[in-house]
Amino acid sequence: MWVYEKKLEYPVRVSGPNPKLAKTVITQYGGPDGELAASLRYLTQRYTMPTSQAKGVLTDIGTEELAHMEIVAALVYNLVKGATLGEIKAAGMEGYYADHDRALYFVNGDGVPWIASYIQSKGDPIADLHENMAAEEKARATYEHLINLSDDPLVTDVLRFLREREVVHFQRFGETLNIVHDFLNCRKVW
Amino acid sequence: MRPPVNREELLLRIQALEFTGIDLGLYLNTHPNDTRALADYNQISAALAQTRAAYEQAFGPLMNFGQSQSRCRWAWVDEPWPWEV
Ligand SMILES: [Fe+2]
Repeated sequence: MWVYEKKLEYPVRVSGPNPKLAKTVITQYGGPDGELAASLRYLTQRYTMPTSQAKGVLTDIGTEELAHMEIVAALVYNLVKGATLGEIKAAGMEGYYADHDRALYFVNGDGVPWIASYIQSKGDPIADLHENMAAEEKARATYEHLINLSDDPLVTDVLRFLREREVVHFQRFGETLNIVHDFLNCRKVW
Repeated sequence: MRPPVNREELLLRIQALEFTGIDLGLYLNTHPNDTRALADYNQISAALAQTRAAYEQAFGPLMNFGQSQSRCRWAWVDEPWPWEV
């Protein structure tokens, strides 16, 4: 089971309403390489991992990604909270507003809704761990693109923290891949 | 360490300690025989429990579901929620 902690993993502040920035940052909420996809990918792959260590790694990183999803939600929520309709229109966010007002929804920067085919669960631990390493690099790249687009230093600070976590997750998945390789090599001969 | 002056400062201390716990915990999953990392993990775990207790005493529970006590009255549903900054 999971237990909620009434705190963010990393403090979130924004300088003021900025729907234009929110419209891009939301891709890490519901986009192809976002935190929802990351969390669900690891938490669903963990059941068929062959070693106890690998099950632990996927459980813990999947759980940390849930905390990152909450951080991204806090960014988007606060960037659109006080925005006027004029600012929302100027940001090209009126289509989003029509369906969701200022509520959070799982879409990418162009409003495309989240789909399960963003993730895979192959039942083959080597394939799954390679997918996870690629996913971490894609998330890192996305955060770098968002940092390039950000005009709010407080938001940039949070994006830098999230980018750094992807680097650490990639490292841990690489180590897990080695552990699983060793395990499979001494048990199976093809 | 000087005593915390406000909620924000105490929360920041918890966030720093817990982040160390998250990062060390992930590291230990793939390096379970690193005794120095294990000692660090146990040290911050104790400090986190202490700091969390101090926070909850003053500002209410950080967790529901029986994980934290809510003295005198039910304070779990008090504001602010974490995204309300
Ligand atoms: Fe990640």
